[in-house]
Amino acid sequence: MSLKTRIIPCLDVKDGRVVKGVKFVDLVDAGDPVEAAKAYDAAGADELCFLDITASHEDRGILFDVVTRTAEACFMPLTVGGGVRTVDDIRKLLLAGADKVAIMTAAVQRRAFVKEAAEKFGDQCIVVAIDAKKVAPERWEIFTHGGRNATGLDAVAYAREVVSLGAGELLLTSMDRDGTGAGFDLDLTSRIADAVSVPVIASGGVGTLDHLVDGVREGHASAVLAASIFHFGTFTIPQAKAHMAAAGLAMRLD
Amino acid sequence: MTQSVAIIDYGSGNLHSAAKAFERAAAESGVAATIRVTSDPAVVRAADRIVLPGVGAFADCRCGLDAVSGMVEVLEDVVRGKQRPFLGICVGMQLLASRGLEYTVTDGLGWIPGDVALIRPTDESLKIPHMGWNNLHAQDEHPLLAGIETGPGGLHAYFVHSYALTPERAEDVLALTEYGGPVTAMVARGNIAGTQFHPEKSQKLGLKLISNFLGWTP
Repeated sequence: MSLKTRIIPCLDVKDGRVVKGVKFVDLVDAGDPVEAAKAYDAAGADELCFLDITASHEDRGILFDVVTRTAEACFMPLTVGGGVRTVDDIRKLLLAGADKVAIMTAAVQRRAFVKEAAEKFGDQCIVVAIDAKKVAPERWEIFTHGGRNATGLDAVAYAREVVSLGAGELLLTSMDRDGTGAGFDLDLTSRIADAVSVPVIASGGVGTLDHLVDGVREGHASAVLAASIFHFGTFTIPQAKAHMAAAGLAMRLD
Repeated sequence: MTQSVAIIDYGSGNLHSAAKAFERAAAESGVAATIRVTSDPAVVRAADRIVLPGVGAFADCRCGLDAVSGMVEVLEDVVRGKQRPFLGICVGMQLLASRGLEYTVTDGLGWIPGDVALIRPTDESLKIPHMGWNNLHAQDEHPLLAGIETGPGGLHAYFVHSYALTPERAEDVLALTEYGGPVTAMVARGNIAGTQFHPEKSQKLGLKLISNFLGWTP
């Protein structure tokens, strides 16, 4: 098996600017997502993820420009998510240069959207983002709107369902761990990774490089996503890759 | 002399970034090239080199290609007849096959005889799609692979696919990748070549391969 574990830095983008800024390199403009993307490309990130958190739908045009300029400068795969509600939203992002599009709330509200999107553009470019919170021992439920809205949906059953509808990949975030630095929710991650046939990206809670290793080894994730540890310069992508390789995981080091 | 490269646009996704990758590769290797994304068969007919990309399902891509009036005829003429260098990428490579078996049975161009079928890894825990970075295992020497380190310690290519082309003629397979068994990563026959992976997303390996394609005289 020579397929490598992917490390995916994630940038939160609001009104065309990186939220909080990226402090890890000597960027001319730390708030420019395209500059940050170029730096991650040069550092050997395996993919890049933009999550658009622009509040108003009218202002989302800026995002397309950011995606276009990133795709022109970075020859690596790019996933874009946030506020994707219609087949036309997906088409616009793909035409701007996104390789994959992440669907979140819209998939919870209307499951058939996943099927429509996969049939239109192919399973391989449809990522369903799952935000889950532990609500009882051995039970996780789907939450929307940054963890504020409960849906009552069982996360494992939901994961199976969206994959059966055509999701080509899952981006799984533990809302309990997100931003804590306490590590992935490994029980949740392995439950879902073992339940579906498609790759799972583990997200939420990375604070140390060992957490990345755990996400793959114990969480059975195919890829690990992190934001803060890379943006704030706690660790570099090459450091993370070297650590995971030293732990025995197959990593791309070129 | 400036050479012209036609990247065929038949409604299959964004080709702007692919064009940029070809422009970057040309600039880095000092090749004077005009890269054109086009749906005009006349532009393809006049091009020195032809690239057929493709994302999505096999049948959709075939349908999209057929919907561009005259394009398949021009490809048959300049690629098969006039032997111009040709590169198919991802589903653009799969379309070279005799048949695609995704959802329904669809005829391909038949230039590289074989079927495009679902990948079935021997290890059932392996995920489908085969998504991410994997090594190439060259089956032969080839100008497209010049200067690209292959094998377990070599460079990586970015794959994202659930279906793969298995050529009938073993000599048409230029490179394999390993995913619970061998999976075709590159095909080549005469002036016709294809990559299952995305060179335009494969950073170092991808830019080198594109440079090699721009200098290829089959």
